Amino acid sequence: MAAVLALTAVGLSLVFGVMRVVNVAHGEFFMLGAVTAWFVATHVPGPPWAGFLAALVICPLVVGAVAAAADMAVLKRLNYDPEATIVATIGLLYILQQTALTVYGPEARPVPAPFAWSIRLPWFGWSGYKLAVIAAAAAILLGVWLLLTRTRAGLVMRATQVDRETARAFGIDTDRVYAGVFALGAALAAMAAVLIVPIQQAHYLMGHDPLLLSFVVVIIGGLGSLRGTLVAALVIGLSDGVISVFFSPTLAKILATLFVAGVLVFRPQGLFGARA
Amino acid sequence: MLEIRGVRAGYGAVAVLHGIDLDAAAGQVSCIMGRNGAGKTTLLRAVMGLLPVTAGSVRLGGAPIHHLPAHEVPRRGIGYVPQGRRLFGPLTVAENLEIGLMARRRGAAVRDRVLGLFPRLAERLGQAAATLSGGEQQMLAIGRALCLEPAVLLLDEPTEGLQPSMVALIRDTVARLRAEGVAVVLVEQRVETALAVADRLAFVTGGRVAETVAARGLAADAPQFAAHVGV
Repeated sequence: MAAVLALTAVGLSLVFGVMRVVNVAHGEFFMLGAVTAWFVATHVPGPPWAGFLAALVICPLVVGAVAAAADMAVLKRLNYDPEATIVATIGLLYILQQTALTVYGPEARPVPAPFAWSIRLPWFGWSGYKLAVIAAAAAILLGVWLLLTRTRAGLVMRATQVDRETARAFGIDTDRVYAGVFALGAALAAMAAVLIVPIQQAHYLMGHDPLLLSFVVVIIGGLGSLRGTLVAALVIGLSDGVISVFFSPTLAKILATLFVAGVLVFRPQGLFGARA
Repeated sequence: MLEIRGVRAGYGAVAVLHGIDLDAAAGQVSCIMGRNGAGKTTLLRAVMGLLPVTAGSVRLGGAPIHHLPAHEVPRRGIGYVPQGRRLFGPLTVAENLEIGLMARRRGAAVRDRVLGLFPRLAERLGQAAATLSGGEQQMLAIGRALCLEPAVLLLDEPTEGLQPSMVALIRDTVARLRAEGVAVVLVEQRVETALAVADRLAFVTGGRVAETVAARGLAADAPQFAAHVGV
């Protein structure tokens, strides 16, 4: 849970960090990834791992393309105005959700796990797939970190994040950067969804919880802070899982919300965010 | 090299430039002077495509550039040192220079040449730009623009707030660029700096060029300065 949440939240944080856009539709990109994973896994012949691997490649590309199109068709026209884009992404949320309901239907549908082995120890057992999810999420996050800190594309993103106008004055096509970042954020949510659908079923309303928890994570970690997002995802993901199992999911959400309220009161920039 | 004809530009409905004419020739320094709010910075931003030109034209080497998106302008060979430097503060000195190099796909040789002009930057390549002193930041702002190997360099008040030794270094750099054939457009408030480096002075008032004069032979107490700059 924490690993998948980290992936989803990093996507949201990246979009806000570079574009200053609060993407309320981020959970729907997660849902779109899950639903697309069901389509891909259902239509790719062969063993479950073949369909799963195909979904892991195809879903981020499809969802990323949808996000890039939404950026160019809607957000760019609003000149990325922070308030207008909140309203626009709320609209996008409903468009994606209702499109999924129309095309995919109201049913929750499972996607088979690529493998079913587990680690059995004398005192407890552990799902091999869940361990693989943690490893895959860690690898993807490492890839994102390397992209941002070790590549020219990452340098261009960071420069655009600091000062969009000056970036343009040095030959950076910031419209393309924004479209790419929005697509990357959505693709990360889609990857998280592909990893989670063998554990949770794909459903057209499944975007709400990831969106809420992602906001919780990025507010606690500090909007735009990759390090803060990872730490907060670990704390919130683990606590949500443990409290949900031993007490109730509602209590987990209440405590997470109280934690956010405390952060907003005592450290509004988040635990790792820079003071504005 | 750079021809500005009848340019009108502004911020939304507020027009600031009302038909500016200006030329910048290769190997010459054209200095723009005027009071605050006269439109000096607006003119440079309009040339860079950062503000829409609503009328008139900007041509580089005879080719119109005023219709280009802003990111295409530096790729044609115009370097820009904005007012207040506007460095990418959290990025390192090396990364700021890299951004400049990327615009026209220049390599390590150009970077080494820039570091030769400003050796102090070479000692701080791994340091965040925001942590540099004011003078070092201005060196980096100019160095970043020179990484484009520009044919035209726009400098917006590069000596603002700097100590005399840094002002002298910037004067020397501008003189060197002129000798290398770069067309320099300098927005400057200091009369002595303008007279020391400029070939021509354009006095901007109310969004128009009120007067253009040759710098050579002009005295620091010439009436143009009192009339258009207020000094």
